[in-house]
Amino acid sequence: MADKIILEIVTPERKVVSETVDIVVAPGEMGEFGVLPGHIAFLCKLRVGELRYRQGAASHQIAVMGGYAEVLNNQVTILATAAEAAVEIDVIRAKAARERAERRLAESKDKFDFVRAQAALQRALARLKIAER
Amino acid sequence: MATLRDVKRKIEAVKKTSQITKAMNMVAASKLRTAQQNMEKFHPYALKFREFIGRLAAGVEDTKAYSLLTPKEEVKSVELLLITADRGLCGSFNTNLLVAAERFIRAKKAEGIEVSLVNAGRKAKDYFRRRPVKVRDSYTGLLNKVAYEDARRIGGDLIDQFETGSADEVYVIYSHFINIAKQQASLVKLLPITPAAGEEGATPFEYLFEPSHQALLTDLLPNYIYVQVLESLYQTSVGEHASRMAAMENATSNCKELVKTLTLTYNKARQAGITKELMDIVGGAEALKK
Repeated sequence: MADKIILEIVTPERKVVSETVDIVVAPGEMGEFGVLPGHIAFLCKLRVGELRYRQGAASHQIAVMGGYAEVLNNQVTILATAAEAAVEIDVIRAKAARERAERRLAESKDKFDFVRAQAALQRALARLKIAER
Repeated sequence: MATLRDVKRKIEAVKKTSQITKAMNMVAASKLRTAQQNMEKFHPYALKFREFIGRLAAGVEDTKAYSLLTPKEEVKSVELLLITADRGLCGSFNTNLLVAAERFIRAKKAEGIEVSLVNAGRKAKDYFRRRPVKVRDSYTGLLNKVAYEDARRIGGDLIDQFETGSADEVYVIYSHFINIAKQQASLVKLLPITPAAGEEGATPFEYLFEPSHQALLTDLLPNYIYVQVLESLYQTSVGEHASRMAAMENATSNCKELVKTLTLTYNKARQAGITKELMDIVGGAEALKK
């Protein structure tokens, strides 16, 4: 059995990560899950949140904006709507987005607006959390 | 024979045209490069997505549970998404797409099926404005910057049509990009979805699903449509630039040829003028001798 896993994160815009790593922790819809070598075949939906992976002593964080994950034969494939590594995150923009979303949440009347604002807020928070570490 | 001045003027005009076509050729070449890069960056996502769907759908016994997978019992109306460029001057690129759409509509009408059209691209919009085809919606300016959001909007709209029963089948006509020199107008059925299960349907892995197989697939299927639409947009945009580049290349070389023949005519006319003058002088000199 291999003692490494291959991690691939792809979005419609680009391939974000393609590396050999030791462990992956991803934000599943029903809770965070960790993947170590030898994991069972697994398919799951992701929520907006933080994905971590470790390569030897170095650990990395990626903001993932929802999507799907597949684990198969020590290979983890993440299909994300959008994904950004900590260094790529535009903190100013994310902060602006957070404020905008908070304002909308406070103002919004109908349910549709509320849900949208909530999703926007979640995305902004996920980005900020990783960027500010 | 044309006078010297006319020919000269014509040569100048053709030269100016060739400057323009040459510039357009170079612009198209650089746009082509960006468009192609974007398409290539999207490619892995589309590929993985297809694998996903293939695997998930392979394990489904009863397609009835998923409205997007279920073919309608009776097909009375279909919807066609037609993707063209916004601009012309790209050879037969748009014409090919329009002809394909026209043929599709005629074939469906012959079967007694109603067709409603969604145009993506100004050329399609203009073409069908005065034709007896029901145009339900038109988008323009999509290909300048192909974006996931656009694909999602269009795809979502098409799914709505399918689910509410306004359309029993949904098709797309786009330009399939084979290589820089070759693009082909292609027709693909979007809905109901027929997953490409042939690849490794023989080895269905025992997956663990979260939240559940059904929930996942239900969630994935609309996204699959978005991916399909997005890919069609990408391919058409690359095709447009490639096609324009080739057309402008042709135009430039035609201009050069034209300048050549015109210069020849010009020189001939000039030479004829000189000869005539010489004849006059010689004739005059001969007459004086006598």
